[in-house]
Amino acid sequence: MKEFTLLELGKRIGQLLVSLFLLLVVTFVIGRVLPTDPVGAIVGELADPAAYEAMRQRLGLDLPVYQQFFVYVTSLLQGDLGTAILTGNPVAKDLSSAFPATLELATLAVILSTVIGVPLGMTAAFFRDSWFDQFARVISLVGHSIPVFWFGIVGLVIFYATLAWVGGPGRIDIYLEGLVEPKTGLLLIDSLLAGDTEVFWNAVNHIILPACILAYSAMAYITRMTRSFTLEQLNQDYVVAARAKGASNWRIVTGHLLPNIAVQLVTVLAISYGGLLEGAVVTEVVFSWPGIGQYMTNALMIGDMNAVVAGTLIIGFIFMMLNFLSDLAYLVLDPRTREVTA
Amino acid sequence: MSLVTSASAGSKPGILLARIGRSLKNALIKLSREPVGLFGFIVLLLLIIVAILAPLIAPYSPTTQNLPNALQAPSWEHWAGTDEYGRDILSRLIYGTRITIQTVLAVSVIVGPIGMLVGIVAGFVGGRTDAILMRFTDIVLSFPSLILALSFAAALGAGLETAIIAISLTGWPPIARLARAETLIVRNTDYVAAARLYGASPLRVLFLYIAPMCIPSVVVRLTLNMAGIILTAAALGFLGLGAQPPAPEWGAMISSGRQYMLDNWWVAVMPGIAILLTSLAFNLVGDALRDILDPRHARS
Repeated sequence: MKEFTLLELGKRIGQLLVSLFLLLVVTFVIGRVLPTDPVGAIVGELADPAAYEAMRQRLGLDLPVYQQFFVYVTSLLQGDLGTAILTGNPVAKDLSSAFPATLELATLAVILSTVIGVPLGMTAAFFRDSWFDQFARVISLVGHSIPVFWFGIVGLVIFYATLAWVGGPGRIDIYLEGLVEPKTGLLLIDSLLAGDTEVFWNAVNHIILPACILAYSAMAYITRMTRSFTLEQLNQDYVVAARAKGASNWRIVTGHLLPNIAVQLVTVLAISYGGLLEGAVVTEVVFSWPGIGQYMTNALMIGDMNAVVAGTLIIGFIFMMLNFLSDLAYLVLDPRTREVTA
Repeated sequence: MSLVTSASAGSKPGILLARIGRSLKNALIKLSREPVGLFGFIVLLLLIIVAILAPLIAPYSPTTQNLPNALQAPSWEHWAGTDEYGRDILSRLIYGTRITIQTVLAVSVIVGPIGMLVGIVAGFVGGRTDAILMRFTDIVLSFPSLILALSFAAALGAGLETAIIAISLTGWPPIARLARAETLIVRNTDYVAAARLYGASPLRVLFLYIAPMCIPSVVVRLTLNMAGIILTAAALGFLGLGAQPPAPEWGAMISSGRQYMLDNWWVAVMPGIAILLTSLAFNLVGDALRDILDPRHARS
């Protein structure tokens, strides 16, 4: 039994490696092969031919494509993502300072969307076709249809400009910037570690609106999936049996339903988290949030493909790891998949 | 014999059309019992009419600037106000439906055949080919589509065509999976066995006997994808990677309206309402279609 699980694990790891390799190929093609004149993008159109040729050689563009790919992969493995035109820093350094901001935003959003979406979906399933179910359906349909960046703008106009309930764009007010020593890079945690409540509440004030906006579309998906999982379970005999024994609704939910839909929910949450990282890109632009998304969009305005490719790589990597982990969770948590593979 | 087959081959498109027509008609009849789905369908129909008749409906030119008239709030003359160049926003939204529908159709036309080809070949040939094709499909499915579209568009240069290609790149896997599943069902039916028996070549079986059976469900699946396509296209437009100004692309309109949002909210808000309504309509229709066609998801 154990060996089979190991075999299955090996297969999944192999699959992950193939996916990651393809991600490398795709980003290589996007960064090096597709752009018509990557050298010109760096040295400018008016550079003299000698400088142009020098840059071409420095970039390794005079090599055959497969050798270029080899160089690309080896430098990646050494953590070298190239230099960003906009900041002049190594891209890896820029990304490592931008990433925590994105992580903080997406994580808060996934927590919010789970905490609201799961109960909403379960309640909707329990009171199927009631007004509450219809309400949940409308909420989730609109969430599926709303353009996140537009919703962010509307949110800013209402809650920041008109009502002044929340802080404006950015992670924190300028006069508080740099007061807390960045240990984790997550401002909420750093400020708590430093015991600086003023910074903490200011950061909360700034993150709450983008996090809610971002959470909404994920919540729509989570609600809908939870509802359909729950409906499937409610028709099962064991729920009827539990009811017959006189178990309360609460007991049925916590004791019987949740454990049974947990496995499926893990997958949904992993997908949502990946989607949130993507959604963070456009949300960050609206809220001037100094994360990977804003870094990437600033870079693509000036055609800095190093930064764009690096951002794609890191988000793609996390995306695939999330997929992989949720697959593993399936193997570990769901006894049925174990039996099938055995 | 050859006469019979050529005759049947000649009427193939007719049969196919009739089949699509029939399932569409059935779907529409059922749709009419779903008020919400019907509402979505009507909105979509209106949208298509607006796109076709845009020059007749739009009260003003979508691109002619009228600077003294800039940033007018919504009024009887300008229902949705005017933008920073004094252009009537409603007229721009009306012309914008053309870009939106063009994008959605173009992506569907690219993604549909590619996904179908991969899916039916995988399902029909089976074995190692199937394993390789499906693994590849799964891998593309695990790519972050918006980010990939974004960097792809950045590499090729902004424009409507690149946006369409970029969205299509990651759009075909769901279609491929569906087509494969359908093929697996159809592959072992008697009529396919009969066709093989009288000597139809594998290619003939594949394209004349199996592929047509997959088309209706693929068409439904494509409709389901359209809301997502609209949102991705709008996001690319918002980031400046879609149709270029002065084209009235909705996402780009939001982007340019952003800098006026505090004093002149309508410039950014109006195009967003158009996007929201359109993708909502697609979602409503898609939802209703799925409920109708897949009894497992049926709501009543």
